[in-house]
Amino acid sequence: MSTALAQNRGLGAMIWDYLTTVDHKKIAHLYLVAGGFFFLIGGLEAMLIRIQLMKPDNDFISAGLYNEMITMHGTTMIFLAAMPLIFALMNAVVPLQIGARDVAFPFLNSLGFWLFLFGGVILNVSWFTGGAPDAGWTNYAPLSTVSPGHGVDYYVMGLQISGAGTLIGGINFLVTIVNMRAPGMTYMRMPLFTWAVFVTSALILFAFPALTVGLFLMMFDRMFGSVFFDTAAGGNAIIWEHLFWIFGHPEVYILILPLFGAFSDIFSTFSKKRLFGYSAMVFATVLIGFLGFMVWAHHMFTVGMGPIANSIFAVATMAIAVPTGIKIFNWMFTMWGGNIRMTAAMLWSVAFIPSFTIGGMTGVMLAAAAADYQYHDTYFVVGHFHYVIVGGVVFGLFAALHYWWPKMFGKILNEKLGKLAFWPFFIGFHLTFFIQHFLGLMGMPRRYWVFLEGQGLEAGNLISTIGAFLMAIGTVIFLVNVVYTSVKAKKVSGDPWDGRTLEWSIPSPPPHYNFTQTPLVRGLDPLWVEKSEGKKGMTPAEPLGDIHMPNASILPFLISLGLFIAGFGFIYQVDNKAWLILVFLGMGLTLGSMLTRSLKDDLGHHIHKEELEKDLEKGAGE
Amino acid sequence: MDNQSQTPQQKVEFERKQHKEEMKQQVISFALMILFTFIAFGMVLLDIGSVFLVPTLLLLAVVQVLFQLYYFMHMKNKGHDMVAVMMYGGLAVAILTIIAFTTIIWW
Repeated sequence: MSTALAQNRGLGAMIWDYLTTVDHKKIAHLYLVAGGFFFLIGGLEAMLIRIQLMKPDNDFISAGLYNEMITMHGTTMIFLAAMPLIFALMNAVVPLQIGARDVAFPFLNSLGFWLFLFGGVILNVSWFTGGAPDAGWTNYAPLSTVSPGHGVDYYVMGLQISGAGTLIGGINFLVTIVNMRAPGMTYMRMPLFTWAVFVTSALILFAFPALTVGLFLMMFDRMFGSVFFDTAAGGNAIIWEHLFWIFGHPEVYILILPLFGAFSDIFSTFSKKRLFGYSAMVFATVLIGFLGFMVWAHHMFTVGMGPIANSIFAVATMAIAVPTGIKIFNWMFTMWGGNIRMTAAMLWSVAFIPSFTIGGMTGVMLAAAAADYQYHDTYFVVGHFHYVIVGGVVFGLFAALHYWWPKMFGKILNEKLGKLAFWPFFIGFHLTFFIQHFLGLMGMPRRYWVFLEGQGLEAGNLISTIGAFLMAIGTVIFLVNVVYTSVKAKKVSGDPWDGRTLEWSIPSPPPHYNFTQTPLVRGLDPLWVEKSEGKKGMTPAEPLGDIHMPNASILPFLISLGLFIAGFGFIYQVDNKAWLILVFLGMGLTLGSMLTRSLKDDLGHHIHKEELEKDLEKGAGE
Repeated sequence: MDNQSQTPQQKVEFERKQHKEEMKQQVISFALMILFTFIAFGMVLLDIGSVFLVPTLLLLAVVQVLFQLYYFMHMKNKGHDMVAVMMYGGLAVAILTIIAFTTIIWW
């Protein structure tokens, strides 16, 4: 209803609609566009890095700019590309999969997005104001505390603001999944994607506070003269590393787990089989989440923690290979004997298995603390984490986007173009990163601006750069596909893949209230249960009645805008106290908006039964 | 309890009994918490050696927190499993962090 209205009212109304929306499906679009944009920026930075390393002693970009490039590439890809794209999927799919009409806190959902976006924008404004952060995405002290200029200040403020958004989003999805499941949807009937999002949200809840604390300490060290990380004044630089990795290691599971869930749904749908070992998969997901908190120090084996600490963290790290292995085998057994359809989504998923397994294997190699002294800070590590993050997260994002695109936009991404995008990306990915393992073993350190001639590193680096270009070509073809599909493709039904879970039981894209009547869930893969009994759709759990929906609001945007303005005040008040005026203005806007929200009752609105019946007549509820 | 087979009269009776039981537990735990507080203050006033004092104070504090959570905030009642999982999960992460900081970083 509201989408149709918005289209009739022109561009301005549509922009206002998106600025104020609290609808999880539209917030998913916002996350997708913003995350996609930052993904392209991060990709561009990666290309510049690879061009710089194309030949020995290259001077394509300067050493200082190179440091900024590697820092911003890592930070952008993790915090501003992968996280929001995952949030896009979570928003688009989770409420539909559990049979809910929205998330538990629609207002907070919107606030989470705008905080993330403004945090990301702060971070990238630094390019135009005298230099981006340049202390690596890990921002280790004391390099970061003495880094000249304001680059690292931008890092601190940007991540603090976008981190708050992520934390809000995580809590929101926890509450949503605990409280808003449709009747009959017990925990052990939730689709694996929902399970994975549930565990991920718990990880966000427990891991992000460590980052928040670390960033606050860093902020006070850089802006207000404290000495938490200053060894000369009795501080300790290692504290930052611990805080960062107590957050940072769970963070990599926050990235990969939702896509493990998406792969599970994709494998089961396109093999026309229920997921093999569902309960083992749930157990493995929870176990990975649990163990994820006990392994952070494997990033710090060479810090000098001593042999006992190193051994404990080494063993804990290797233990994670067990639940991950369970998952890999269960995916293969799901496909075994299934009626497999090799769609583009399936192609990315199948390619993920060997790629990710290679990454997992080098992970176990790195987990051996004694051997890690050789690998540490070499290209071997770079190869390893790109294998898990690109081979796992990026492949997963492409697969999940192909899979859920029809649910989000009502059109199937062109299959031919999808496969055409896959091949250059897949080949380019292995070209880029496989060789980096060997470069690392030959002794090429990571984060170095140049490498020298005659050390046997030329061929490997050239191959790596060629691979990066192939990946760029794959990405461009995917973008062409998105445009092509939105212009040329025809609308499809609500269930184009012959799906198994609840989101496929409603039209594509769904009406803004999602379910005309809340469905009754009678088993795992609820839609499939109904289909196998010869029914077309879900059995409703309630009579047709009025639906209560939240109102749109501009306040989340204003709250975030206030913090954005205040952020600049905090960064520049070091130079001149007059900048504090921005802090007061920004915080005033933020706190004033929060006060408005608290004092003004907003009880939402009702969609009446008659309107729903009208929608049903138009075929919206089929 | 089976609501279907009860008359409203019986139901009221049952609930009253439940409330009485609940009240009794709350009063007992409240009295114990006051007692613990007196013991804690007394121990500090009487200058008992710190080797014994600090662990005892911590123990008393933990017991009081548990009383708070389970009796006053109803965690002992049904339907609080997820709350418990989340709280103990968060606690585990926090304790792990503190252990790491006190053993690895500062010895």
